[in-house]
Amino acid sequence: MSDPRPTSPRAPPAEPQARRRHDGTAREWAPGRFLAEFPLYAVVDEEGRLADEAELTLADPALLALYRWMVLERLLDERMITLQRQGRIGFYVGSIGEEATVFGTAAAMAPQDWIFPSYREHGAAFLRGLPLATFMCGLFGNAGDAVKGRQMPCHESWAPGHFVSISSPIATQVPQAVGAAWAARIQGHDMVPLCFFGDGSTSANDFHTGLNFAAVQRLPVVFACRNNGWAISVPREAQTASETIAQKAIGYGMRGERVDGNDLLAVYNATRRARARAAAGEGPTLLECVTYRMEGHSTSDDPRAYRPASVVEPWKQRDPLLRIRRLLGRRGVLDEAGDLALRDELRRQLLAALLEAEAQPAKPPVASLFEDVYAAPLRQQREQLAELTAALAADPRLANPRHSEG
Amino acid sequence: MPVMNVIQAVNDALRLEMRRDPSVVVLGEDVGRFGGVFRATAGLQQEFGEGRVIDTPLAEGGIIGAAVGMALYGLRPVPEIQFADFIYPAFDQIVNEVAKYRYRSGGQYPCPITIRTPYGGGIKGGHYHSQSPEALFIQVPGLKVVCPATPRDAKGLLTAAIRDPDPVLFLEPKRVYRAAKGEVPEGELVLPLGQAAVTRPGGQVTLIAWGAMWHEADQAAREAEAEGIDCEVLDLRSLQPLDLEAIVASVRKTGRAVVVHEAPLTCGFGAELSALIQERCFLSLEAPVARVTGWDTPFPYTLENEYLPRAPRILKALRETVAY
Repeated sequence: MSDPRPTSPRAPPAEPQARRRHDGTAREWAPGRFLAEFPLYAVVDEEGRLADEAELTLADPALLALYRWMVLERLLDERMITLQRQGRIGFYVGSIGEEATVFGTAAAMAPQDWIFPSYREHGAAFLRGLPLATFMCGLFGNAGDAVKGRQMPCHESWAPGHFVSISSPIATQVPQAVGAAWAARIQGHDMVPLCFFGDGSTSANDFHTGLNFAAVQRLPVVFACRNNGWAISVPREAQTASETIAQKAIGYGMRGERVDGNDLLAVYNATRRARARAAAGEGPTLLECVTYRMEGHSTSDDPRAYRPASVVEPWKQRDPLLRIRRLLGRRGVLDEAGDLALRDELRRQLLAALLEAEAQPAKPPVASLFEDVYAAPLRQQREQLAELTAALAADPRLANPRHSEG
Repeated sequence: MPVMNVIQAVNDALRLEMRRDPSVVVLGEDVGRFGGVFRATAGLQQEFGEGRVIDTPLAEGGIIGAAVGMALYGLRPVPEIQFADFIYPAFDQIVNEVAKYRYRSGGQYPCPITIRTPYGGGIKGGHYHSQSPEALFIQVPGLKVVCPATPRDAKGLLTAAIRDPDPVLFLEPKRVYRAAKGEVPEGELVLPLGQAAVTRPGGQVTLIAWGAMWHEADQAAREAEAEGIDCEVLDLRSLQPLDLEAIVASVRKTGRAVVVHEAPLTCGFGAELSALIQERCFLSLEAPVARVTGWDTPFPYTLENEYLPRAPRILKALRETVAY
């Protein structure tokens, strides 16, 4: 098999004379300089006005469809947070305020592209066909869960949609996405992985390793950093001394771009361009989607302990849903009555999915505990299943009271 | 039948599998142009190109992480970790990702990777080039752990590992990389994982070892024979899955067992083997199960011969076990 990498070496970037100055210091750092070098790309302003008509790359029906997904995600998140407060699910990670980043990136990829999620991107799996009810079964860990009740909520995987398994350790998916891109190139496939991670992940080993590997090999990957300002309780400023995440791309030798993560069209356009470059052999892109996490990291933390509510207020004006709704209103695609009707319909859809999920048996069969450790169970799994089965038969108190079948 | 050493056998297995299956790729530090610091991958890049035999940047977590992505996307990556001692930066990727991918995705994503790595002491490598971390990985459900002692087994077991649907950690005994020579069949050789070999039949005591320590055990058994001790030697070859039946059959026959490994004693695999023998062979046992292992210290440089379980220490354990 021949090496599909381009053989001609890349031309070294031109070095402006101005950068060669002062006692051997080639590049001087000054506050604000990278904010200027990596301007925030935006298409739609907070009133729903387009900066440039030419940047409107989605037709009205497609725009409306994505808006619909974003509203569904918002309603889902609100509902699931309530469910967690009621004690009906153990945990939830939502994306309230970050919907444009999740849907804008995922919608811009090709259907064959694999998605390497962080843990806040189940919306991308919905775009790829993960049924809402199956997702909810995962939150309950019940018999309808695609991963057999093995992962805590929001750790879904969905192979039919090329959506890989979610890992709690941070940034492990970054080198993995790079490996998938590598495999696709070796096999001659047009497949560009979309790799999500948060701003906190940029501190982790795997982030640096993954970007370095991808840049060295000029692999086709879109790295989408969902910079939502917080890594649980630690603000971005305490996570990295870089002014931007995008500028980190310079150090690895790849393209970096800063995008308004609350602007669906900006995220969509930037991702589309990054994908096109990747597919054309121009290597990976680090996209920094600047957004804001309006809720806690998860239902397990209370953001009031680390940030005042007043800080969040301005971001409510920048709500990504509001912006697209206003744009759709200006274009005569969706009026207020239509929006209310849409929300009503989506609420009914959510309720139906919830009822469907709750109708599943509370637990997967006990035997499933020992499946998938290996392709076929080893002696230990076989022996231990027999032991557990006998123990359960002898004393059903071994299973908790919710256990309904074996 | 050609005579090969372990390195040649590993190289032969890799070459044949890469020829047979275009999805097999090799990646790691120095594996390509240079052919590996031990030359295990020598000539592969010339034959298969830079696209399939890949020199990576220097980062173990990245090598294994990238191999995960490759495996998910349908390749059969064979990453090399240059020395087992350098595997720890990739520990998270191996333990939390490689080993668990199939399980945590509900069977949706298998992750067939064969991680090759030279392990063990006796090469004047000091702390960072001598460790035997097998027990750390045997305890991780989802991983298989294989450790050949001979060139024939190295070829046959590596071939099986690459074809296996599960991830395999393939520990190569670098101390005998070149010293262990033997006949290796030409062409395809597949030896099933999970089968131990009785390399020396005997009736008085079962001596269990793997990898480089099998050579010490074999030496000790020959010396024991001269003293009139009839020793049965078991080369485990595969540690997970483990051929428990072979161990139980042998210990029930001999009534005695001595386990040898060069990793430290505490929570080493010898502890698990002792427990298994105690559970399954208690009424057959004539003596406590003895363990001859490395000491509970980091691996030393100057005193490595004193550290490693050499034949005299094994012989002493055999004498004491038989005389118990």
